[in-house]
Amino acid sequence: MSAQWISVIGTSAFCFGFKYLGHSVPELWLNHPRIQRINTYIPIVLLTGLVTVQGLTEKTKVVIDHRAAGLGVAVVALLAKLPFPLVIIASAITSAVIYRIY
Amino acid sequence: MSVKSDSLSIGITVGAFGSAFGAAAVASHYSVLQACLLSLLTFSGASQFAVIGVLGSGGSAISAIATSSLLGIRNGLYGVRMAQILKISGIKRIFGAQLTIDESTGVALSQRTPAEMKTGFWYTGLAVYIFWNLFTLLGALGASALGDPAAWGLDTAIPAIFLGLVWNRLSDRKAWAIALSALVVALALTPIAPAGIPIMSTVILAVILGWNE
Repeated sequence: MSAQWISVIGTSAFCFGFKYLGHSVPELWLNHPRIQRINTYIPIVLLTGLVTVQGLTEKTKVVIDHRAAGLGVAVVALLAKLPFPLVIIASAITSAVIYRIY
Repeated sequence: MSVKSDSLSIGITVGAFGSAFGAAAVASHYSVLQACLLSLLTFSGASQFAVIGVLGSGGSAISAIATSSLLGIRNGLYGVRMAQILKISGIKRIFGAQLTIDESTGVALSQRTPAEMKTGFWYTGLAVYIFWNLFTLLGALGASALGDPAAWGLDTAIPAIFLGLVWNRLSDRKAWAIALSALVVALALTPIAPAGIPIMSTVILAVILGWNE
């Protein structure tokens, strides 16, 4: 079985499993403030990790290229409070233009 | 009435990003069928982008599954909250669990009465589910015809989506500090750790920084 198939099945099983478990366990188990705090931080660190690795690295190197430029534009658009779809489109266009020039 | 129309507009807007997912999945060497199955069975945007992102950038299947699953834990905590409002069991609980995501929970919890909460949850969940899956298929088919993803900015659109998702969560100084430390850890580990590990390692930061107030 290919890595793609394993990842599709594994991800689907775990993600649905967590959803179903949440609907089935007594609330007091997960109400501990520590669990709540860590759960708030997990998406922040993982999403930042994904931005960093996919935007600023290539295999084992830190690389500043068309992707960094696109992400820079995204940051500006987010600071300007543009709607989410515009942020992504502006970022992608910037990246594509620089990629095609170089 | 307004709950239902809110639900529908959220469903269409969020669902449209399914096309970005479908395209990104194909660009990361997933088949159209695999992209569609991820949207049908996983149905959680951040987890889906994470799994194809980690595998697509050379990570192992294990680290791809671990990253996406860790991102999926929050849906479980939403489920705990929603279970008390929905009070469902059997087959309905299976469907309700699958529709438990950021948007359905968010709309439900922003309503005033329990009846409106239920309506908000089911309508938003179903609307996002239908449009997300439809657009995934369209995006995957479109990307198959597109060629080099970088020429269309797709290689940047994905981290930009992650950036937009994390941006909403940077509500205070501590959140910013946590995000910046995750950035530093991911960059520092990139030259020395196998692909996928730099992203997963950031979870240790969440545990350490969340342990005490």
